[in-house]
Amino acid sequence: MEQQQSARYDFIVIGGGHNGLVCAATLARAGRRVLVLEAQSRVGGAAGTREFAPGFRVSSCAHLLHLMPADLIRGLELESHGLEFSARGMPTTALRPDGPPLPVTEAGEYTQRMRRFARALAPLFGKVPPRLGTDDWSDRWALLGLAWQIRRLGKRDMRELLRIGGMNVFDLLEEQFDSEALKGALGFDAVLGTNFGPRSPGTVLTLLYRMAAESAGGEGALSQPKGGLGAVCDALAKSATAHGATIRTASPVARILVTADRAAGVELESGERIEAGAVVSSADPKTTFLKLLGTKYLDTGFVRRVNHIRARGLAAKLHLALDRAPQFTGVDPGAAKGRLLLAPSLNYLERAYNHAKYGEYSSAPAMEITVPTLNEPELAPSGKHVLSAIVQYAPYALKAGWQDGRQRFTQLCLDVLEGVAPGLQGSVLHADLLTPLDIEREFRIDGGHWHHGELAFDQFFMVRPVPGAAQHGTPMPGLYLCGAGCHPGGGVMGTPGRNAAQRVLEGAA
Amino acid sequence: MSTSPNLVPKKVPPHFKRPLLETPFHARARDLSQVDSFVAWAGYTTVDVFTSVEQEYFAIRNATTLYDLTPMVKYRIAGPDAVPYLNRLVTRDVTKLKPDRVAYCVWCNDTGHLVDDGTVFRLGEGEYRLCTAERQIDWLLDSAIGFAVTVDEITEEIAALAVQGPTSCAVLTAAGLAELALLKPFELGYFSLAGFPVTVSRTGFTGDLGYELWMAPAAAEPVWDALMAAGRSRGIRAIGSQALNLARLEAGFLSPNVDFVSAEHTLRTGRDRSPLELGLAWLVDFDKGHFTGRRALLAERQRGPRRLLVGLDVAGNKPAHNALLYLQPDGKREIGSVTSAAWSPTCKRNIALAMVDAPYFRTGSTVWADIYLNRELVWERRMSRAEVVERPFFAPGRRRATPPAGF
Repeated sequence: MEQQQSARYDFIVIGGGHNGLVCAATLARAGRRVLVLEAQSRVGGAAGTREFAPGFRVSSCAHLLHLMPADLIRGLELESHGLEFSARGMPTTALRPDGPPLPVTEAGEYTQRMRRFARALAPLFGKVPPRLGTDDWSDRWALLGLAWQIRRLGKRDMRELLRIGGMNVFDLLEEQFDSEALKGALGFDAVLGTNFGPRSPGTVLTLLYRMAAESAGGEGALSQPKGGLGAVCDALAKSATAHGATIRTASPVARILVTADRAAGVELESGERIEAGAVVSSADPKTTFLKLLGTKYLDTGFVRRVNHIRARGLAAKLHLALDRAPQFTGVDPGAAKGRLLLAPSLNYLERAYNHAKYGEYSSAPAMEITVPTLNEPELAPSGKHVLSAIVQYAPYALKAGWQDGRQRFTQLCLDVLEGVAPGLQGSVLHADLLTPLDIEREFRIDGGHWHHGELAFDQFFMVRPVPGAAQHGTPMPGLYLCGAGCHPGGGVMGTPGRNAAQRVLEGAA
Repeated sequence: MSTSPNLVPKKVPPHFKRPLLETPFHARARDLSQVDSFVAWAGYTTVDVFTSVEQEYFAIRNATTLYDLTPMVKYRIAGPDAVPYLNRLVTRDVTKLKPDRVAYCVWCNDTGHLVDDGTVFRLGEGEYRLCTAERQIDWLLDSAIGFAVTVDEITEEIAALAVQGPTSCAVLTAAGLAELALLKPFELGYFSLAGFPVTVSRTGFTGDLGYELWMAPAAAEPVWDALMAAGRSRGIRAIGSQALNLARLEAGFLSPNVDFVSAEHTLRTGRDRSPLELGLAWLVDFDKGHFTGRRALLAERQRGPRRLLVGLDVAGNKPAHNALLYLQPDGKREIGSVTSAAWSPTCKRNIALAMVDAPYFRTGSTVWADIYLNRELVWERRMSRAEVVERPFFAPGRRRATPPAGF
């Protein structure tokens, strides 16, 4: 079976998505010999760029960059490794089928307060979460630090944070605003990519969490990387290889090898075995533990917790190849280059979610839409365009099955889009729908949840992904996690990868 | 099914009025019960005492006894991954368990604390049976994640009867179980009794010569009757849980919820017990590969257990029930407590099992037991000297002799 004795590496990083690459680049910069193994033929994973029709390219899942910390981009010198932006500071516009579009700008006192709360949480993001109930002073300091951040908010804000922290975003926005379109747009951010509707408990915290990540990335800094999100990963890959990391694509890992109760390498699907001092997995926790490692090396209680991670995807991605630029009713050319939200009211969102609860797709889905070709025409053949939309809700386990559902749901999305962009249907050359099931298969994310696990109170911070693996180390000596399943979570952020690298370097020092 | 019409109510009341199940031996037990002492055990009603504890106890040590252990929870574990599954579940090396053999095992949670103890039977290719004191289906199913194995509870499908005592082999042989005498300790055999197939394991909870019989519920009464007939001249007697409890204490066996509480049930911190603390280190095989709790137990072995379950030989003849243990007779420094205690009629010693803190658990150490006595409603206190001694307290050669002596 031993095919060849490959060069020995200090670390093997499983997965060449943004977190795996950030981790690899950070480790390589620290002088470690790193091998990145990516299953697909190019790096990027769910943060990649795909050609979905001849000549038409689009970001595979996420299509905007706004969560990656500026100091991470700087520290890994991504811009000198080729990262460019075709648009920065992109505007957000709420589309309304029955009225003029509404530009979503600063929503006054509400936004300012939410940002203060988010900033209080933000320092947690750049750090490995503390452990509970240890005698370790670094854990205690981290907890005290969190308490101090919240104390610093002052009495009024502390009370308010305590009050709204457990609320749902529907009730909070109902208190604050009258405009249905504004509430819909603000509420959408709380449930984007999650298994929640606006009335689901804890959605305010999920929103704050997302805003905290955003505040590290520079608030309101919605950007479109040139070449799609894949360009971020290409730059990360260059940054890693420039410091000696090796990246092998088309090298899917079949399993993690264990020697003397220590992760000591991997076996590829090809049968090739590669040894390393330690293995760092950017795959989601279920894939890492249940598929790649195997439960026989883990304790039952831990497996039970991993098995209970809620990670069923509910967001689909729609890509349209268009013969001409879409014309959104009432949207001016500047706004069209930005982020368009189709969630005209909170009830619209909640109704869309209702279907998903029972294993059906939304009959009137909500969408986050961009037309990347307006900022970067090179993504499509001359004069043609690409529309990219995150569509909610499309449940992973569709009762009717995606075999039958795909065509019907795609058509339904086109009909909904037609309502805000008349004539769009006639210009569609090709439509490509990535359901959560496709996301699971294509990017090897168990459950097809692109945050690698629900972003909810019970899966945040020191319980993300599960106690016992929340500090990147795992019960298996020599195996670390660095993916979105770790604190601080999903989105093209890179922070889990960077935090993991720090922990790995401490652990392996 | 029953052949005692006078004892069976004409109309069976609804289940919620009779929440306890009856075992297939219940009608027979009802017939023999003189003091009407029944207790609930794992959802069944079972006999605590038939006549008197002393009579029943002495039958265990001098004759043959029948004890209904049907409520013992039984699981069928089957499938191509049955061995890796069990090996990851329990702390012993199941790959070493030969066909038609039984192994006493414990299993732990992630922190290396005991979930339960029980016996694993190797029945056939890829088919095992796990007998436990408490229901474990949740733990067993979660342990099955990632293994090609099925776990089914079969408690109600199998009636079980312990036949224990020095004349038990003779009684069973007289009942027609030819070649039973060749069965070694922890071995399984397949026999026919009263026209029914019966699986016999040379196992038990008495520390004496004895067997456990496993059969279909329909076989229960005919088997009981056949054994009673065959054993009449050899002093056969049905026993309840109290007599058994005395015998098991002499044998040094642990009783769940008495000497330890399952880590799945404890609420307070520090109440879980590891196999190392319970004196069961011999059941833990660190070299067999991973099992649940292994890493925690390795760390515990490294730093040494904080406490240990030991045997005590207590001065005097007053059982040290629930006694707190002290380092000195002044009762200032508490170092443990008694979990089980009794005057041992066979050893003629006042014995106890006790959890004693490090380092006072070493054999030969002296501890002081604070014993409370109720004498005609007046409580008295006695600080009795106790010595840490080896377990078991009673281990007669006949329990392992093959073939056993004839009677």
